[in-house]
Amino acid sequence: MSGARPYIRPIEPLWWARPPYLAYTLREATGVAVAGYAVVLLAGVISLASGEGAYQAWLDFLRSPWSLALHLLFLIGILAHVWTWFAIMPKTMPRLVIGDRVVPQSWITAAGLAVAIASFIVILLLAKWVQP
Amino acid sequence: MGAAVKRSIAPLFWLPFGAGGMLAALIGPALVLITGFAAPHAVGLSPGFMSFARASAFAQHPLGKLVLLGVIGLFLWHGAERIYLTLRDMHAGGKLALMWICYGSAGALTCVTVAALLAIGW
Amino acid sequence: MPPDAAAGGAPREIMIKTLRYRPDVDSKPAWQTYRVPFTEDMSVLQGLQYIKDHLDGTLSFRWSCRMAICGSCGMMIGGEPKLACMSVLRDYYPGELVIEPLAHFPIERDLVVTVGEFVKKIESIYPYLIPKTARRLDEGEYLQTPLQLARYETFSDCINCMLCYAACPQFGENPDFIGPGAMALLQRYNGDSRDGGEEKRMALVHTENGAWSCTAVGYCSEVCPKQVDPANAVNQNKTRSALDYFLRFLGRSVDVRSAPPGGGAP
Repeated sequence: MSGARPYIRPIEPLWWARPPYLAYTLREATGVAVAGYAVVLLAGVISLASGEGAYQAWLDFLRSPWSLALHLLFLIGILAHVWTWFAIMPKTMPRLVIGDRVVPQSWITAAGLAVAIASFIVILLLAKWVQP
Repeated sequence: MGAAVKRSIAPLFWLPFGAGGMLAALIGPALVLITGFAAPHAVGLSPGFMSFARASAFAQHPLGKLVLLGVIGLFLWHGAERIYLTLRDMHAGGKLALMWICYGSAGALTCVTVAALLAIGW
Repeated sequence: MPPDAAAGGAPREIMIKTLRYRPDVDSKPAWQTYRVPFTEDMSVLQGLQYIKDHLDGTLSFRWSCRMAICGSCGMMIGGEPKLACMSVLRDYYPGELVIEPLAHFPIERDLVVTVGEFVKKIESIYPYLIPKTARRLDEGEYLQTPLQLARYETFSDCINCMLCYAACPQFGENPDFIGPGAMALLQRYNGDSRDGGEEKRMALVHTENGAWSCTAVGYCSEVCPKQVDPANAVNQNKTRSALDYFLRFLGRSVDVRSAPPGGGAP
């Protein structure tokens, strides 16, 4: 081909910050809430290993308004995680066929959310059951 | 054949990511509610829910250790994979450097968890 | 071009701003805007054809069937990967309609992109039935129930329009990623009950440029004009690949060396 000189456009470096990819980036950001909460739990485990004084300090932190705000952010992040997790879950499975019909992906998402809600309730009941 | 047919190691990180994500989806909201709100402020739960005695008893039990390691570990590895991929999308650094920072942190904190759980004793 | 009767006489006009690139005279692409009269029913493709027929015969673009089955007219329409024959001008009026060649592909000329690499990827995934058990002619056809068909049918709907590649940011970042379209075709065969070539194809899936470049953005499935759901094809193979990574030591292992890099005979 004479005169053939394909032009390669550079990729937009901030693609992840713009629609339609911003929603995806926010979904991925929920991982920060999950990991962040794990770090707080880890701090608790370390304080437990360090003795009663240290553990009391961790409990005092949990009672502080800073912790309240932090856990509110964790909660929002983890709830967003729950919602987006089951939205994407059907994509990671082969097409589910029950009887002679393909199960719509929205049903799989709904089933996942139902299990999550049930699990949520069960854990809270469990906590009530084992409380002193 | 080279890199084109070399098997990726991504599954090493993707399975813990998946397991952690499923766990977080099922128990995350309840845990945050309990440890972040209900227990510290004794709302809906009696005071002393997370007392030193009860927490120690839980963490000293082998199943308790397993639960703590499972929750903390899987949550960390889930977060690490997502944070790594997002930082890579943002061109925050070289791929290998980002892998070491993200997965390295998760690995280090997992080791710290194991050490602390062992230090708590039985 | 008849005047728009509903508007009562003078036809409405839309400004179409399109990226131009002539490799023999341009060092880089530049914009050119055309004033195009249109009616309610006109597609973007018809708008481009008006430009070529009446305003500027040098404008180059691919098209064929005009009915969203050939996959030729994919381009960035209003910033989104769309088929020009499946988009209508009235949706972009009264603003300016911005048209660019399909994202993440080299521009050959104007709105025409280079597709050679995509074709190579399609060829590399063994895009044909490799029978599980070969049947002789006298043994009759390979039989398949509607249920077995349902498991892979959507993946067979792909028209190779490459909109999913334009949508995929990971392909934009890594042009060696095999991509959603090729993975959909791969799964079309792996998911076919008559096929026995899964092991060969999985060798490609297991690589960094296989399923593992995907981060489940999901935009590919959103833009697909045929509802093929390539995101499903890629991500279910992540699950398969991940499980195989750990379980391969228990059973047969996948010999990655059996995968030729550029496609070829089985």
